[in-house]
Amino acid sequence: MSHPHDDPAGAVLARARALCEDMTFAEVRAWKGANPGRLVIGHMPIYSPRPLLEALGCLPIAIHGGGDQLEIIRGDSYFQSYICHIPRSTIELAVSGRLDAFDGMLFPSICDVIRNLGGMWQMLFPEKYSAYLDLPQNFDMAVGGRFYAQELRRIAGELTARGASALDQARLRDAIRDENARRAALRALDEVRVETPWLIRASEAYVAARAGGLMLAREHTALLQELVARVKERDAQPYDNVRVVVTGSFCEQPPLDLIVALEKAGCDIVDDDFMLGLRMIEGDIDEERPSGDLLDALAAAYLERGAATASRYIGAGENGAALLQKVKDCRADGVVFAAASFCDPALLDQPMLEAALGAAGVPFTSFKFAENTGQFQVIREQAGAFSDSVKLWGAA
Amino acid sequence: MSQTKPSENKAAKDASQDRQKRMIAGHFDKLSRAKEEGKKVVYTFVPGNLVELITSLGMLPVLPEINALQSGMRKLSGGFINEAERGGHSEDVCAYVKCDIGMMKKGNIGPTGLPLPEPDLLLLSYTGCFTFMKWFELLKQHYKCPVVMLHVPYQSNGEITEEMRAYVVRQLVDTVIPALEAVAGKKLDPTVLADTLARSREAEHDLVKVWESAKHRPSPIDGYFGGVYYVGPIFSAFRGGEDAVAYYRELRSEVEARMASGEGPVTPDGPSAKERYRLVVEGPPSWTHFFDFWRMFAREGATVVASTYTRVGGLYDGGFRHDPERPLESLADYCLGCYTNLSLPKRVELLERYVREYDADGFMINSVKSCNSFSVGQLLMLRQLEERTGVAGGFVESDLVDPRYFGKANIENRVQSFLQMLDARRQRSAS
Ligand code: SF4
Ligand code: SF4
Repeated sequence: MSHPHDDPAGAVLARARALCEDMTFAEVRAWKGANPGRLVIGHMPIYSPRPLLEALGCLPIAIHGGGDQLEIIRGDSYFQSYICHIPRSTIELAVSGRLDAFDGMLFPSICDVIRNLGGMWQMLFPEKYSAYLDLPQNFDMAVGGRFYAQELRRIAGELTARGASALDQARLRDAIRDENARRAALRALDEVRVETPWLIRASEAYVAARAGGLMLAREHTALLQELVARVKERDAQPYDNVRVVVTGSFCEQPPLDLIVALEKAGCDIVDDDFMLGLRMIEGDIDEERPSGDLLDALAAAYLERGAATASRYIGAGENGAALLQKVKDCRADGVVFAAASFCDPALLDQPMLEAALGAAGVPFTSFKFAENTGQFQVIREQAGAFSDSVKLWGAA
Repeated sequence: MSQTKPSENKAAKDASQDRQKRMIAGHFDKLSRAKEEGKKVVYTFVPGNLVELITSLGMLPVLPEINALQSGMRKLSGGFINEAERGGHSEDVCAYVKCDIGMMKKGNIGPTGLPLPEPDLLLLSYTGCFTFMKWFELLKQHYKCPVVMLHVPYQSNGEITEEMRAYVVRQLVDTVIPALEAVAGKKLDPTVLADTLARSREAEHDLVKVWESAKHRPSPIDGYFGGVYYVGPIFSAFRGGEDAVAYYRELRSEVEARMASGEGPVTPDGPSAKERYRLVVEGPPSWTHFFDFWRMFAREGATVVASTYTRVGGLYDGGFRHDPERPLESLADYCLGCYTNLSLPKRVELLERYVREYDADGFMINSVKSCNSFSVGQLLMLRQLEERTGVAGGFVESDLVDPRYFGKANIENRVQSFLQMLDARRQRSAS
């Protein structure tokens, strides 16, 4: 990253980074103080219907664990050694009081760890709201869509009973518009990465995207628009790097320095699934529905335009087809699999994705990490060897 | 839920055990001839299995988890897992999947030594375990056969709502049954299904009586190590069949006879030692060291009076029965009600109920590396359960079928210390 003082994008990136690294959630507490009576609702990865929460007057806060910014004191005593790291740091955040300003948590149905973490929450914090969000695996609007809309209505009702605003179609439409605007801003940012990766590093785009999970969509849109404008003012030159897609980090996040290490090893990360939740819906969410109920719009968006990822059933079509398409769309030279250790969804998915890449002749390499990994040397060497071999022979 | 009576077991065989053995041999025999006889084969999972739909349409079920655990008991799983890991499967993920994939790569030879047929359909009953989805996506890539998904919502608030039931029924009607019918080449006959469900209900009723026998002192059964044999037929291919009805009737009368004569359970080394400890167990067994593990308890006179693992394929002692009057609704309730589809607070409630109703002295958790569905939260469950019941809990770690994770000496030490702790508590409360 350039120095903040001579970098046109330095200030906005510094603000985003400070937000992401603040494990005290000071801004959330400030919001809560300024908005008495309104609810702060945390949500785990990957995807949660943030526009619904915003429409209910809540502040949705994405929780991605504690990364390398949090010392785990009590969290480890809740989990066996063979379980990934994010539930430990999430429990640590809660039992250490850092989430005291939160009124509730959503646990989307992405894996059994998050599912059971939701159950642990019910037992540990019975006074707080906690909901499991059963994302449908049936993609027919009349079946899975109906079920999902009912789920959303249930959650809305439960939040209203705890003091959130009542569900209102006009407010939901506004929130959907805000979300669509944020998605447009994210797309603009992603386009800069794909077309001119030297203008913005993936590690920077990551921080800017991740900060969006900690604020309302409208504020995030402004931040992203400012960032895109600023990075275009940068006077940067193309690097002699290989273009890669990083995949498998949709839940527990790699430490920022690990992303930087990949970049230093000669990789332009032109696409990734780090902050997949914010990018889950491909295209806009409908702002009108024939039924007149915009919960159907949220349901349809997830069913019909939800991104392919490991926790979503791939019924029609082949596992790996979406990844191949991504590689093609962003003109990547190869793929880096970066999965959290013990991450069932990512690691069970990986052989299928590797098979698809292998059949298409796309080179790939893989490693595992934990969110609090502090040693990157091996990964950096591996990524360096991968990028060298791709440069030399076009294949690893 | 093992199905073959291992040769290691020198105990006198009950007639029900022989019957189960014949049932299994017959089933695998039929499977080995399925292709030449034009029989269709459906692979599906134990929790939430819709075996009545499969058999009512004249098709044969295969349950890959059962094959994996059988491979574990026959000491083949380590090799199969290695094979899968060599092929790129991570050492971090569920060993059942890797065992199955390794077995597939090695020719898919079933537990009786006969080859298993390839599936005509993968029925992905997505109940209580995330891994199931990936497992069948992996098999789909290999077999290139159709898959049908049944998404069973999770009982996160500890109840089955009308919306959840309606969602499952709708999927059965719109997707699952049509997919099964397409493979079977015929329509589902509602009368045949109703008759099948009536037989399921009958067998379930007898199984509950078997479970409840453990309330007696001494318990005539071991509800975990012995229990996994008892659930073999009802968790797998046989529920809804005449054979299962006969098996459970016979088993129940044998158990009732043992209870009447004051006998304890049959163990790997014959009749059990005098009952000294009554335990509840949470978590699956370690199939690769099943008898070693069992003996650690049996030789100390520790009998398991109730276990949650034997409820993964149906929580019948919670009152559920398949119901010919409400065929699809009861199939939905069955799927929704399996143990691993329960919220953690509900699991703790169930364990608490078992500790109290079965008058247990303590409980033991076997936490297996493979299974996040079971394992995540067990350390908290341990604390909560100790607080609620006042009895002591023990905790060991191992794996289902990956022999690398069974540290015999360590586990033995832990079991010993746990039992000593129960003794110490007993002495304290007596003094
Ligand atoms: S890192 Fe993977 S296994 Fe762990 S909670 Fe996230 S999705 Fe689940
Ligand atoms: S994760 Fe657990 S429930 Fe799922 S297949 Fe593996 S052992 Fe079975």
